[in-house]
Amino acid sequence: MTSTSAERGATAAHRGVAAALDGPWPRFAARRVGRLVVSLWVLVTASFLMIHLIPGDPVRSALGPTAPAALVSARRESLGLDDALVVQYLHFLSGLFTGDLGTSLTSQLPVSQVIAQRLPSTVQLAVLAFGVAFALAVPIGVGMGVLTRGGRARGRELAFSSSSVVLGAIPEFLLGVGLVYLFAVELGWFPVAGRSDASSYVLPVLALSLGPAAALARIMRVEMLSVLQTDYVRTARAKRLPAPRIYLRHALPNALTSTITLGGLLLSALVAGTVLVENVFAWPGLGSTIVASILGKDYPVVQGIVLVYGAGVLLVNLAVDVALALLDPRSAIRES
Amino acid sequence: MTSPTTDSVEGAPAVPRRRSAVRARWLAVLRTPVGAGAGLLLALVLLLAVFAPLLWSDRAETFDTGSVLQGASADHWVGTDNLGRDLFYRVLVATRLSIGLALMATSIAVVIGLVLGTAPLLLGRRAGRLVTAGVNIAVAFPGLLLALFFAVVFGVGMTGAVLAIGFAGAPAFARLTHTLAAGIAERDFVAAARIAGVGRTRLLLRHVLPNIGEPLVVNATIGAGGALLAFAGLSFLGLGVQAPSYDWGRLLQDGLSGIYIHPEAALAPGVAIVVAGLAFNLFGEAVAKGIGLTATVGGGFGPAAGRSPDRVSAAPTDDGRPATDPGRAEGRPVLDVQDLSVSFPGPNGPVRPVRGVSFRIGRGEAVGVVGESGSGKSLTALAIARLVERPGVVDAGRLEFMGTDVLAGSDRSHRRLLGTAFAMVFQDPMTSFNPTRRIGRQLAEVAEQHQGMNRRQAFGRAVDRLRSVRVPAAERRAHQYPHEFSGGMRQRAMIGMGLMGEPSLIVADEPTTALDVTVQRQVLDLLESVRAADDVALLLISHDVAVVGQVCDRVLVMYAGRVVEDLPAAELRTGARHPYTRALVATVPDMHVDLDQPLPTIPGRPVDPASQPPGCAYAPRCPLASARCVEEDPALADDGAGRRVACWHAGEIGTDTDVPGAAPVALTSGERA
Ligand code: SF4
Repeated sequence: MTSTSAERGATAAHRGVAAALDGPWPRFAARRVGRLVVSLWVLVTASFLMIHLIPGDPVRSALGPTAPAALVSARRESLGLDDALVVQYLHFLSGLFTGDLGTSLTSQLPVSQVIAQRLPSTVQLAVLAFGVAFALAVPIGVGMGVLTRGGRARGRELAFSSSSVVLGAIPEFLLGVGLVYLFAVELGWFPVAGRSDASSYVLPVLALSLGPAAALARIMRVEMLSVLQTDYVRTARAKRLPAPRIYLRHALPNALTSTITLGGLLLSALVAGTVLVENVFAWPGLGSTIVASILGKDYPVVQGIVLVYGAGVLLVNLAVDVALALLDPRSAIRES
Repeated sequence: MTSPTTDSVEGAPAVPRRRSAVRARWLAVLRTPVGAGAGLLLALVLLLAVFAPLLWSDRAETFDTGSVLQGASADHWVGTDNLGRDLFYRVLVATRLSIGLALMATSIAVVIGLVLGTAPLLLGRRAGRLVTAGVNIAVAFPGLLLALFFAVVFGVGMTGAVLAIGFAGAPAFARLTHTLAAGIAERDFVAAARIAGVGRTRLLLRHVLPNIGEPLVVNATIGAGGALLAFAGLSFLGLGVQAPSYDWGRLLQDGLSGIYIHPEAALAPGVAIVVAGLAFNLFGEAVAKGIGLTATVGGGFGPAAGRSPDRVSAAPTDDGRPATDPGRAEGRPVLDVQDLSVSFPGPNGPVRPVRGVSFRIGRGEAVGVVGESGSGKSLTALAIARLVERPGVVDAGRLEFMGTDVLAGSDRSHRRLLGTAFAMVFQDPMTSFNPTRRIGRQLAEVAEQHQGMNRRQAFGRAVDRLRSVRVPAAERRAHQYPHEFSGGMRQRAMIGMGLMGEPSLIVADEPTTALDVTVQRQVLDLLESVRAADDVALLLISHDVAVVGQVCDRVLVMYAGRVVEDLPAAELRTGARHPYTRALVATVPDMHVDLDQPLPTIPGRPVDPASQPPGCAYAPRCPLASARCVEEDPALADDGAGRRVACWHAGEIGTDTDVPGAAPVALTSGERA
């Protein structure tokens, strides 16, 4: 990256060294970091306010109507709920920096410990699903794009389009139920629920990734078709390069940039999708914990997990933008 | 949750629309197969939502302790639940709650979205920008996450879930509304109203909202499908509808626990959710597409009358193989093209934009091809380069490059020959380089692929070639991306790419058209010097007679897919015999033309390749046209000295023509075979 900015600086050499520092890469980084900071602040503030937006006394509703008043007020005290809002906010912020997210109302465990326990299995699920979605979508989309270019193989195009529309329209938790029925109940190939050996990962990962994979493959095909019609692919053909090289080295990176742009949204939805899928498969991750905590009115835990999920989404968005900038240097210059 | 599409933005009208037009468009959508299917499905779902609880509430809620948790049977099509209630009817009855809640949540999303989306128009700049920024941040988070957040705030249960899903869907609608409204606010009629002093609120209510209504409704339909799925999700998690009420998500949750014994209980509500979600989704998409299509159809599809395939195929081709090798071809020509034609399938039979083109190019010869756009000259270039892709079909009596028949055999077998000896330069250097690869690598690829060089050697050669086409600081430039090159420099790099091998022919298709006038000369000079230095033949395609006249030895004039004249470039001004060539030459200003006079243009329009006339294609525009011209197509005839012309009245001077610069030429005898 440094060499690129150096070259770019040299293009503007007549403007001096300052021009190099003013190049598109630093500006891209500054703008992107700025956006991340603002989004993070909104996320943190929103999750702080969440507890205060709940009508009534959250501690009372958590402990139930039969709990003694003394216990309720002691809990309120320990949570700092009786302080002024600004004080609570500052306390919340400073807690974040020290990794202190409060204490669970029901288990009395530190929220950070609950999250540390549950986070890995959710991350495993999401990362595997990411990988599978891309590993399926890219080759299928590229293959279909090449096969159906210039109106070829209409029958296959129709079959592909309609099946991917339907698959993309089934929400992940229903897909999960369908997969459980087919592969766990009927065929008995994989366990119905829980997290144990490798085979227990198969169905949750598929449930999470098949929908995004179908949608991504569709985008990928359309992008391939339009890239295959560009002048630079014609140039590559004029150079008489072998077909695989034209498709993979010249067309694919360009088709990927648009696919990643559109696919970024699908991927951050996938992060949230873990909540549902974990509940289908009784997966011991953040998703099943947050639902149990919402139902059990354990608000500090909910707050912490909302923060983690939100940060995960922001991280995915950032990764998508950086991947784009690396794949297509123009996207760093273009206002993204 | 499905985020609203903005496809329908294109469908937004240019003027305030009338209601009947909208109705006509929606009806048209219902007549397409997808639209009709989705509409029918949606109607069925809505009917069930209204009538199922009236008809079957009793059967859905009757306990039957005698038949608890049964599988599918004749009595109970989907079986029963743990209280013996019939699950088939429970799924049907649950339609109302599932659909009703989804529609309520969607309305909330649309209303909040409208308020937030139009706020920037009402609030003025500063506050408006703040709202937009907030919406943009919220949109980045997936709907489900927002729904969970709001579910905590509004509490577990039906009401809380409706509010949660409504609020979670709002940012997407706000963004859509904002985009649509901003588009409308820039239209002329809104500007006119603003100048007339119409207030902001009134402007919004009377001018903006009515015009974004249709795309909003379409997106709300799609959004309702998303809300339905989201609601099913929340209920499935236990955060939505609570017992004893039941919607599909709730039924699914109840069924999932017993999936081993009784899978139907989970599958039936699942199928219902998917079907209903698809109904909303597909219907919305179909309408969106229909609206979009209306806009395109209006401008595009002209009448297709008078296209007869027989006529196309009956068009005569010229058999006139030159008796002598023209120009300074010595020995075997570099390129020998006989009776080349290109056809594409059309709605009324094949269309042939190139019809029987024949010519040869000798070693080191520069041949120009001129003609208006649509004359088939660029397609001819692509065809000889074997770059016409399906569905286009290239046919030729002969297509030999360096003595090799490149039409026979696979692409693969000619890869090396064409990759090193045949160079292409395309019209637009801005788009002809791959934006994601460094220039040096794009050049080096040729040497790696065809000349067996390794990466380092190939890159070295690329730098050397860049230097040879006068790219300054070639070493550093080779590491740059195309967007860091200026247009002229890119075109030079493109020529340099052609020089990676040892080309015997450079085909340049309008190489200077996309460039600044100031750099056009440089690129032409470069092509000339390359040709002179290595005796490389050049085929220069251009619409610009002046450019071709300067660079080339010989000129082929193309009209309607055929060569109509072939003459030495030096004779363009004085010796052109075809009326079309003369007209082309006349459009070029020369030193003697009074520049205050408007430049002459050729009257009339080029022929549509899909409807070629039986006679001379130029007849409708030709000042010399006679009855014979309309009936019979003149063949390209050789005068014995290498000049060829296809015209019944070649060299004649029309009485009503006023072609400056075209001097009378004596009729050569025997020009018509
Ligand atoms: S053949 Fe007739 S119509 Fe065609 S160019 Fe010659 S004179 Fe004109």
